[in-house]
Amino acid sequence: MQLFPCPFCGPRSETEFHFGGDAGNRRPEGFRAVTDGEWAAYLHDRNNPRGAANEIWMHMTCGEVFRMERDTVHHGVAQAFALLEGGGDDGLAH
Amino acid sequence: MTRHYSALSLLKEGLRSQQGWQQAWRSPEPKPRYDILIIGGGGHGLATAYYLAKAHNIRNIAVIEKGWLGGGNTGRNTTVVRSNYFFPESTALYDLALRLYETLGRDLNYNIMLSQRGIVTLAHSEAEMEMAARTVNAMQINGTDAELFGVDEVRRVLPLLNVSPEARYPVFGGVWQGRAGTARHDAVAWGYARAADRLGVDIIQSCEVEEFLIEGGRCRGVKTSRGEIRAERTAMVVAGHSSHLAAKAGFRLPITSYALQACVSEPIKPVLDTVVLSPGTGTYASQSDKGELVIGGALDRVPSYGQRGNLPMLEGVVSGLLEMFPSFRQLRLMRQWAGIVDVTPDSSPILGESPLPGLFLNCGWGTGGFKAIPAGGTLLAHLLATGKHHDISRPFDPDRFARGRLIDEAAGSGIAH
Ligand SMILES: Cc1cc2nc3c(=O)[nH]c(=O)nc-3n(C[C@H](O)[C@H](O)[C@H](O)COP(=O)(O)OP(=O)(O)OC[C@H]3O[C@@H](n4cnc5c(N)ncnc54)[C@H](O)[C@@H]3O)c2cc1C
Ligand SMILES: [Zn+2]
Repeated sequence: MQLFPCPFCGPRSETEFHFGGDAGNRRPEGFRAVTDGEWAAYLHDRNNPRGAANEIWMHMTCGEVFRMERDTVHHGVAQAFALLEGGGDDGLAH
Repeated sequence: MTRHYSALSLLKEGLRSQQGWQQAWRSPEPKPRYDILIIGGGGHGLATAYYLAKAHNIRNIAVIEKGWLGGGNTGRNTTVVRSNYFFPESTALYDLALRLYETLGRDLNYNIMLSQRGIVTLAHSEAEMEMAARTVNAMQINGTDAELFGVDEVRRVLPLLNVSPEARYPVFGGVWQGRAGTARHDAVAWGYARAADRLGVDIIQSCEVEEFLIEGGRCRGVKTSRGEIRAERTAMVVAGHSSHLAAKAGFRLPITSYALQACVSEPIKPVLDTVVLSPGTGTYASQSDKGELVIGGALDRVPSYGQRGNLPMLEGVVSGLLEMFPSFRQLRLMRQWAGIVDVTPDSSPILGESPLPGLFLNCGWGTGGFKAIPAGGTLLAHLLATGKHHDISRPFDPDRFARGRLIDEAAGSGIAH
């Protein structure tokens, strides 16, 4: 069982976490200007990298959303950030 | 040299100490140029090459595989074949595959050990029974075989199943598809490889595609670990590694890669002669010809390219199986493994030309593309040879995402098959 670091609760079991997609996947703004292709890319296309990944996760136990940098091959976690400190471009609609 | 496989050739070779068998396929050096290049020597890639050569008479083809044939998901899956999906587009696709499987052993002169032992998808509540009836109706309207089973019929085909009303997952009935079953996964890859090789296809193993040759905005071939190979048209058939290669071609895909696990028990005498799948417990199982129970379940929760699998899912799958079949408690697990599967938002595959002209896609089969291999090969071969979609592959073009015409089979493929 892998442990993920919640920035608020510390290391917790992987079963408590929910994957939230790519960090930086910003919702295209401007109702009329957004093409079908741009909207579909926002909704469906994924980076899905083999190796270093930069992702949004939710710790379901405390309900907080955060950003995690990890490796998709060996599953090692590099860093996890609360969105307000260094979470940076999280792609969430604020 | 003995080429044809039959009882007679087995007898002849037995008398000659098995000395005369011909190699099943050659291991040629890659040529600098082909008409069509297929990346990925899994079932879908090999089938595509076979149908290009057989049905479209295009023989100057290579299949390029970074490892060994069937070493991806084709050789790692739990071998269930079925066509019990919900939407007409899906039934057309998966039933084409099942019909082709029914004669594939003869067509390829290779025993794929197809066993149409039937599959029952269990319903564990009144509400699930209503959904089961809806599925059966849809399947019948779409033209494939389906029956609604009550609990007595389920008990008849699954005598060891715990159907007691006190069971943690009580059984109300299920969906039965009698033509479903299993086939030997390696044999499907090897049978297509041998038949394609016989028609002149070059199958090149231990050769990894590293980059695409892009000239004038078109894909002109690939750069591999064994040099450049040029082609008019290139197809990418690499399952869980599709996004990784797409990034090298300059586009993204609506795909997330996950580990999907399976495991087998020690071999035992026959106890289970159908396939059983329970979306409620997240478990499915069948018994192999060797006697092992072949057990699978849902995806891991964490997007991954690590071909191992994590423990929580394995624990959930095994717990589900033991709730359903308490007598399996005494069995030991012999092996566990995982494959990296390519999951789309609508659990349906992607077949069509990519955003890079000259590069074609066959991917997104996720947890359930073994059953589809003969159809995936037929349809991609049609597209590569004619430049146009077959009617059956048209709805699965990548343009469906921008058009909003998703084919949402989340229920049809809700847990891995
Ligand atoms: C545990 C498990 C159980 C499953 N159970 C079932 C089931 O019961 N029924 C069912 O229908 N489906 C099942 N599936 C799904 C099924 O296995 C796949 O959908 C199907 O095998 C995909 O076939 P493919 O030919 O597209 O991919 P693969 O067989 O994965 O072939 C892709 C090939 O591409 C190669 N490749 C990748 N990158 C490169 C590169 N850069 N250069 C060269 N080659 C490359 C890989 O090495 C691989 O051999 C299961 C999958 C798993 C993992
Ligand atoms: Zn937390």
